[in-house]
Amino acid sequence: MTATASRPAATIFRRPAATTGFWSWITTVDHKKIGVMYGYTAFTFFLFGGIEALLIRVQLAGPNGDFLTAAEYNALFTTHAVTMVFLFVMPAAAAFMNYLLPLMIGARDVAFPRMNALSFWIFLMGGLFLYSVIFFSDPQAPLGIADATGTTVAGNLDPSYNTLLGGLPDGGWFLYQPNAGPSYSPGLAIDFAALGLQILGVASLISSVNFIVTIFNMRAQGMRLLRMPVFVWMMLVVAFLLLFSLPIIAIALFMVTFDRSFGTSFFQAASGGDPILWQHLFWLFGHPEVYILILPAMGIVSEVIPVFSRKPLFGYAAIVFAGAGIGFLGFGVWAHHMFASGITPVAQAAFGLATMTIAIPTGIKIFNWLGTMWGGKLRFTTPMLFAVGFVSQFVIGGLSGVTHAIVPSDWQQTDTYWIVGHFHYVLFGGAIFGIFAGLYYWFPKITGRVMNETLGKLHFWIQFIGFNLTFAPMHWLGLQGMVRRTWRYAPEMNMGPWNLAATVGAFIIALAVLIFMVNWIWSRRKGQPSGLDPWDARTIEWTIPNPTPEYNFASNPVVHSLDDFWHLKYSEDDEGRPVRRPDADDLVVRLDHEGRNPTEPIHLPNPSYFPFIMSLGLPMIGYGVIWHTALWGKILIGLGALTTIGGLLGWGMEPLEEPHDDHGHDGHGEPAIAH
Amino acid sequence: MVRPRAKLRFPWSTGRARLLPLAVLALALTSCSFIEIDSPLTIFEPAGPFAERIDGLFWPVFWTAVVVFFLVQGAILFAVFAFRDRPGRKEPKQTHGNAALEITWTVIPTLILAVLAVPTVQAVFDLTKCGDDAMVIEVIGHQWWFEYVYPEHGGITTANVLVMPEDQEVCATMTSEDVMHNFWIPALNGKRYLVPGQTTILRLQADEPGEYWGHCAEFCGLSHSLMRARAQVVTAEEFDAWIAAQSQPAEVPAEGTPEWEGLQVFLNKGCTACHAVDFADGSGVDDVVRARGTFRGPNLTHFASRHVFAGAYLPSEDIGYDEALTEWLANPPLVKPGSFMPDLGLTGEEISDLIAWLKSNT
Amino acid sequence: MSDSTIEVEVDHHGEHESTGIEHRKLGMWVFLSSEFLFFGALISNYLLYGGRDFDSVVPRDIYDIPFTSFSSFVLLMSSLTMVLSHDALARDDQHQARTWLFATAALGTVFLGGQVFEFTEFIEVYGMTLTTNPASSSFYLLTGFHGVHVAIGVLMLFSLFGISLRRGRLSERQGLNLELVGLYWHFVDIIWIVIFTLVYLLSAS
Repeated sequence: MTATASRPAATIFRRPAATTGFWSWITTVDHKKIGVMYGYTAFTFFLFGGIEALLIRVQLAGPNGDFLTAAEYNALFTTHAVTMVFLFVMPAAAAFMNYLLPLMIGARDVAFPRMNALSFWIFLMGGLFLYSVIFFSDPQAPLGIADATGTTVAGNLDPSYNTLLGGLPDGGWFLYQPNAGPSYSPGLAIDFAALGLQILGVASLISSVNFIVTIFNMRAQGMRLLRMPVFVWMMLVVAFLLLFSLPIIAIALFMVTFDRSFGTSFFQAASGGDPILWQHLFWLFGHPEVYILILPAMGIVSEVIPVFSRKPLFGYAAIVFAGAGIGFLGFGVWAHHMFASGITPVAQAAFGLATMTIAIPTGIKIFNWLGTMWGGKLRFTTPMLFAVGFVSQFVIGGLSGVTHAIVPSDWQQTDTYWIVGHFHYVLFGGAIFGIFAGLYYWFPKITGRVMNETLGKLHFWIQFIGFNLTFAPMHWLGLQGMVRRTWRYAPEMNMGPWNLAATVGAFIIALAVLIFMVNWIWSRRKGQPSGLDPWDARTIEWTIPNPTPEYNFASNPVVHSLDDFWHLKYSEDDEGRPVRRPDADDLVVRLDHEGRNPTEPIHLPNPSYFPFIMSLGLPMIGYGVIWHTALWGKILIGLGALTTIGGLLGWGMEPLEEPHDDHGHDGHGEPAIAH
Repeated sequence: MVRPRAKLRFPWSTGRARLLPLAVLALALTSCSFIEIDSPLTIFEPAGPFAERIDGLFWPVFWTAVVVFFLVQGAILFAVFAFRDRPGRKEPKQTHGNAALEITWTVIPTLILAVLAVPTVQAVFDLTKCGDDAMVIEVIGHQWWFEYVYPEHGGITTANVLVMPEDQEVCATMTSEDVMHNFWIPALNGKRYLVPGQTTILRLQADEPGEYWGHCAEFCGLSHSLMRARAQVVTAEEFDAWIAAQSQPAEVPAEGTPEWEGLQVFLNKGCTACHAVDFADGSGVDDVVRARGTFRGPNLTHFASRHVFAGAYLPSEDIGYDEALTEWLANPPLVKPGSFMPDLGLTGEEISDLIAWLKSNT
Repeated sequence: MSDSTIEVEVDHHGEHESTGIEHRKLGMWVFLSSEFLFFGALISNYLLYGGRDFDSVVPRDIYDIPFTSFSSFVLLMSSLTMVLSHDALARDDQHQARTWLFATAALGTVFLGGQVFEFTEFIEVYGMTLTTNPASSSFYLLTGFHGVHVAIGVLMLFSLFGISLRRGRLSERQGLNLELVGLYWHFVDIIWIVIFTLVYLLSAS
């Protein structure tokens, strides 16, 4: 008798049973499937963001470019940032976290599997909601206010500006007020941005709670906190950063929505509001957000470098505490985004000093990665190339970052391409190189195959060259006074050649990404089978077969040390050099066999329709708020609320996982075992 | 354990040729010398004490960063080449960390930063408060142009070009009429926001007469990229002469001249809704002078004394003064997207008359 | 299925809780720590704008402190009844637990009624609406969001009460739910005490 057959049939709230096909993806609560969905969705948005970047670069290839209208340009740089930050790097990190976290701590799933599915669906709905703006919005000129009379005067826009792309949100991802307020950005674009970010925030908040509980509560026996892989540690810090920064941006975005849709004036100076308050609230979220974007990549690199150096991570504890320190300090430096805003000199000095201190834990990490490589036996596989590329390019981003702490110097650099160069070294040279390292490294866990190394190395070198050609010149351009978010620059500014170089570089990056996609698609089917342990790895996610069985661990693992898997395979000689245990190869074979053939019944959480249903309610509420003055807008708010609450009720009334009630379905591929 | 194959040999798969991409990069970076023509917005040519102060702070930090850059990248490259897995290479010793090293690379950066912090904090306090004998000039941000008012000189109001005397500190007292802007003349000082409803200050001073470029640096809407500025630094005598000239009211041109026709266009086509021209009392058109505070375009009384218009965007290398002015008046929103100046549907003749009149407003 | 497997089932998928705190309880604590920042931002926002002068009526001029003190007392008492309900359930005194649960929900409803009355008075009598000025907007945003939290709490309390009524008892699982709602309820209460102190008492003019 299978578990599925044993489920009581009396209730309408039968839990779905499909394990393959369309419905299995809609209803899945398997952290691995959710992780894969996060990954593919994020990568799709990465392509969107990349195309936006290419359009931007074409416009800037020469002075006085006329490839895009100003409205399109502003819309594209805004959407590029929003997409890359919220729809690519964050969900890509969520993809790794979902897929790997339970595997790394020795669990069968996360603490709240259905909530995990809910996070994903809300994220997807938020992204679709945000991009759906393109169907509803036209570019609009600002409305000026004549002080004396209070009447508004409309700006003018040539009819040729009325294009599809021009309707995307155009206030910058930072939505500075009052420019992104009701007068100066009329139309619907910013409403979609504010509500879309709100929805995405809900998704991230739910995952952060879920992952914190998972990390604290679901570690395998013996997996003490200081035995956890650094990746898990970094994701824990990220989860806490999300937990404490998201509520702040939620409030700030509520205030924007109230200003825009309900007539308040929180940030509208003309009616007594304070636009600087928006900046404080935004950056109080926005700076921790920077670490939310980079810490996962730091975690990935901390896993990859030791494996390919054949050495344990140098200064494990130092790296962990430096990561936590970065997270902590990250809440105390937000005003360095506002050094030019006229905040008091005391505040400027204090935030300048605080910003400098962040360089210290960052440096500790870099030196420890170097220390790990030092004296190692380095194998330059593709993941290692990306990881070393990360370290080398992150150093550049870190050093240019220190110049922001030199406050007067920052007055010159802020809002120029110097900053654009800086944060792309951190977020592209850093986060995205880290993400690629992780994709190549853990690809076997998803597919049971290794990605093609030749194409992988080609990808790395082309991306490395393209990346530096694109972003290194931006430092120079910034110091030459090229301001950010600039649709055009004058020929007199002598900025043409380096801008052209950057544009060429951007297309080289695009080529690299194409090679990656070809490699991915090819390797999924034709890649060399990986076996259990393709990299001679150190951590316990490699003690189970590839691709990962649905139940993860056939039996609950017991952990004895940091890098537990390594120590199962290697002992050390008198000099402290690793010696492969004679039974190591047998061990790998045995683990593979045992991992595929569980001997005891394995309980897995049931799939559910309700996370998906609940997630449908949020965009409905979003559309309703945007058109709240119309009757159907109000109806839509009501329907959205009903959908979400209905989903929640269904969630609560689904067959419970209580004894004698429902035992969930058993691990896929496992022989049916009578209960 | 399966070791991934990398059989296909590209040039960079071999030892020495692996340097190739780096060599290309180095070549690309050194080639910057061949277009080492500074932009007019460069931060590398400070022209006054405040910008010099910042410049003096930038370089030590820059060179420190360069040294750290080469040390760290050198160490990475060394590790990459020295510790590669080669046939016969022994398994590495399993070192887990080193407390002394950890302390070293915590303390050294801390010390470097502490050294950098002292002049930083000093400069912050020195540069955020205007000197006692500074000349106040109000800077008001608009979408998308800067307006300057000289309260110490009878409230002269001008736009786009900030005229200031050499060797005299100017205390720019700044606010915005609409959204956030950011006033920046790189040769004279760093940036400062113009915040609606609030006042910020920025110290400006130039050692030599000359023209210095500026730009709005905070994203302020559709035509942010076209919101530019100039600082025209003149000698003290020239400044006095300029003040005297600017204090004169506009003259009413003789009837029947193109200038007079242009004035009629100005008076009858709605321009006066936003643009002020200060005519002498009793000149017959003196009621054109608008009260401050209504919706504001640049004051046109001495329009022709400024060599740039439309937010200092025009004219430029590509387009001459008259041609640019014609294009601008024919369809402002096409030249400057979002412009509050609408397309007034002026005929070619009206435009040329208007230009004649505008050019007479010296 | 053997008994030992059943035990594993109760113990959530055969995983143990490394911290010894049940998942959902830990989750609630983590969530509430985020909520502190949520209200922290709202309260800071009010403190920034609430003291500023505007041409129009501001909240600090029209607070009805005696009335709000009463409704604050009501909410405070509801925390007490919540504790009593939880305590009764721990003794498996189902009847008492249900009674106190109802009392908690009822007191919460009274508090909400008070807030509706207060808002109505501010709008009808003093003409202070959401959009009057940033101070009034901040006031309504803060107390409104708190009210929404109370309302959600009341809904959860009534749901539990309904379950208890229908099934005649609260199971062990529902007992955990009661504890979770209790945690949430105390949080909402604590936040109100902060709001009442900072926003009402200390800023009233």
